[in-house]
Order: sequence, then C-alpha cells, then structure tokens
Amino acid sequence: MNARFAVGDKVRVREAYPPGHIRTPHFIRGKEGTVTAVIGDFANPEELAYGRPGIPKQTLYWVAFPQTGLWPDYAGPEHDTAVVDVFDHWLVGEQQ
Amino acid sequence: MTDHHHHDDDWPYPHPKQPDTEDAPFTDHMAITEAVTELLIDKNIFTADDMRKMVEYIDSKSPAEGARMIARAWTDPDFKARMLDDVNAAAVEMDIDAGTIPIRCVENTPKAHNVIVCTLCSCYPRMLLGLPPDWYKSRAYRSRMIREPRAVLAEFGTEISDAVETRVHDSTADLRYMVLPMRPKGSEGMEENALADLVTRDSMIGVTVIKDL
Amino acid sequence: MRRHHDMGGLDADAVEQTEHDYSPWEKRVDAIMRLLSDEKRLVMTVDELRRGIENLGPGAYDEYNYYERWISSITNILIEKGVITVDELGAKMEEAKARWQETQT
Repeated sequence: MNARFAVGDKVRVREAYPPGHIRTPHFIRGKEGTVTAVIGDFANPEELAYGRPGIPKQTLYWVAFPQTGLWPDYAGPEHDTAVVDVFDHWLVGEQQ
Repeated sequence: MTDHHHHDDDWPYPHPKQPDTEDAPFTDHMAITEAVTELLIDKNIFTADDMRKMVEYIDSKSPAEGARMIARAWTDPDFKARMLDDVNAAAVEMDIDAGTIPIRCVENTPKAHNVIVCTLCSCYPRMLLGLPPDWYKSRAYRSRMIREPRAVLAEFGTEISDAVETRVHDSTADLRYMVLPMRPKGSEGMEENALADLVTRDSMIGVTVIKDL
Repeated sequence: MRRHHDMGGLDADAVEQTEHDYSPWEKRVDAIMRLLSDEKRLVMTVDELRRGIENLGPGAYDEYNYYERWISSITNILIEKGVITVDELGAKMEEAKARWQETQT
C-alpha cells in the first residue's frame, strides 16, 4: 500500500459537488482536517455503486476535523472533533 | 412502523394505500418483497432454505455479542489490545461471527467520549449489535449528532464535561464502529458474565455511558 | 449540490427515541440483500443498494420507511440488471395479493 498521506498530515477535502453516488459527506467539502489513521485500500464505492469493479482501489483514511472548523456556531469546546472516513481521491495536501 | 410520521392528507407523493387492511395491512412493499423472493428462488439465485436460514441468522444477532466482547476487554488487557487492533479477529476468539466488513472499536477514556452516527445512510455494527434502533436511522439523529453532539447526548441523558473531548465518528465508508465504554466504578472483582450484563446497546453506540455501581 | 440523503449538520427536531421489533417482512428484505450481496452470489453490492435508495428521490426517501426503501432499490436494480422483469414481478405481486385476500375471508 502506497498511502499518499501519513498519520499527522494536514489535509483538505476537495470542494467539489458532482452529482451521483458519493461517500464524502457535504459537510466536510472544502474543510481542513488531520489524518489520524491509514485504514487500507478499498474498491471505490463511486464505481461499485454503478455495477463496476471499483478499480483502482482507493486508500481510506480517518480524518479528524475540529468541530469549530466545520460549524461556525459550534457550541462545544475547541477540542471536540468529528472523525470521518475519507477516500484518497477526495483529499489534497495542506502546507503546514 | 416507520422512521418518520406519515402525513397522509398533505403528503404530495403517492404511496401505498391499502383499504380495508387496518388490522393486518398488506402493503405494496410487502407484496413486492414476496414477489421478489419467489422470483429469486424460481431463478435459483437462492433457495427457500437459504432464506429461512438467513432470517434465523439475523434473529440470532443481538447486542449480547458486543457486550460479551466489551466485558472480555475490561478483564483481559491483552484481549483488549487485540480487539482495538482487529475486532473481527478478536470476535473469532470468542466464537462470535463478526462478518467480513471491518469493525473498529473506539475506546472511551477519561479524556475522550466516542459516539457513532452514519449521516449518509444508516451504517451500523449489526454483526455485533443486531439490527439498529429506529432512532439511529432517523433524520433527527443523522442530521444533528454530527453538529451538536453534546445537545443530542443530553437528550439521551448523557452529560459530557467540557474537559472531555467528544469524538463523533461518521461511518461513511467501509468500516463499522462500536464504542468500548469505560468500565463502571464499583465493578472491580466482578466476573466477565456479570460485567457483560452491565453493557447496554446504547453504550456501545456511545449515546450513553455505563453508570457507576 | 447537496443531495437529499446527505443530511449531516442540517437542522432537525429532537431525536425521538423510538424503536420497534422488526417484522418478519422487514427481516426478509434484509435477508434478500445479504444473500444477493454475499461473496458466493455477488448479484449486487451494498453500494448499488445505496445508490438506488438515493435515487428514489426526496419524496420516497422521506415517505417510505427504511425497509420499503431497501426493497424498492433492490427491485429496481434487479430489473436494471436483467435478473427479473417487470412483467414477472407484476404477476407475482398479483398472486401474493390474491393469497393474502384469501386469508382475510
């Protein structure tokens, strides 16, 4: 597995809104988070959903987003997080 | 029963109307289900026996299996380490079939409280907890848990101190999650079977914590 | 565009903590899906199930209950794939309804 990102890397979710079957939820598009685990390679659900084999496989990551970065009016403390499973092709690297 | 309230009078979309079936409704969807089942059996995709066995298997799944694993993790640190590494493999050690979809166990600590949601559909660790409760699949839970976890947790009677991080896991992809709740104070010395009885389904979803004894 | 099923973060009411015992009919829908998607058969994937549910549209998504959405999606995808035809489905449905009517008298 040649994972493009490692634990601790800052990443941003692509700000793209194509129609069709997508497993990257709307609320993280364009948002910045930190990779907290490299899960492994999985067939691409955006292909599987249409009856195709989902190749090439995509690396799946845990990306932790600070809640205050997702919701401007977030009511809880700054250390609260949302952890979302995100596929590689939805992520771009962020300069520190 | 449905996830949502029906508004028969003001709802603009067609949906099955079943006159004279107040006592034992037989909806179009039930008819479709029977028809599809028969067709798939006729076409040798599966047999009636496959179907019967699968329903039995679904019935055999309950939160008791997840609870047994939690109790083992509380009493056996080596098992806990293996479970946090690979839930499906750890389940096999206990003769529990956790299936092939990878399940991740996220551990509650004095510093972090984990809770599970699926905002895009209703993914749930059904192989260890059985079929999900209706509220887990509801629009309200799926919309709000990710944005206002502390408010939703409070609705479940769970107050999380601001000193503790809330960590909401959205099961968007190929994993399922279960929470490893903190072992309650006062349970020291209890045996594994008795501990398993303390573990609730909701504590493994993360909407509640297990009260100290 | 935000699609209808993609609801994380939207405003909503308090969570009604309802649950029910699943009926035999609902478990059969679940069983059909597990059988169709198992490694031995691979007739359809869970991803196709989800795509089909999303494509039912906002009306059906809100009005149908959980397993009504499932069986609607499963049926559409089986027709799409040529596993079953609309005609044979319609005929079997009529038979199922007739059988049920007989039990009502």
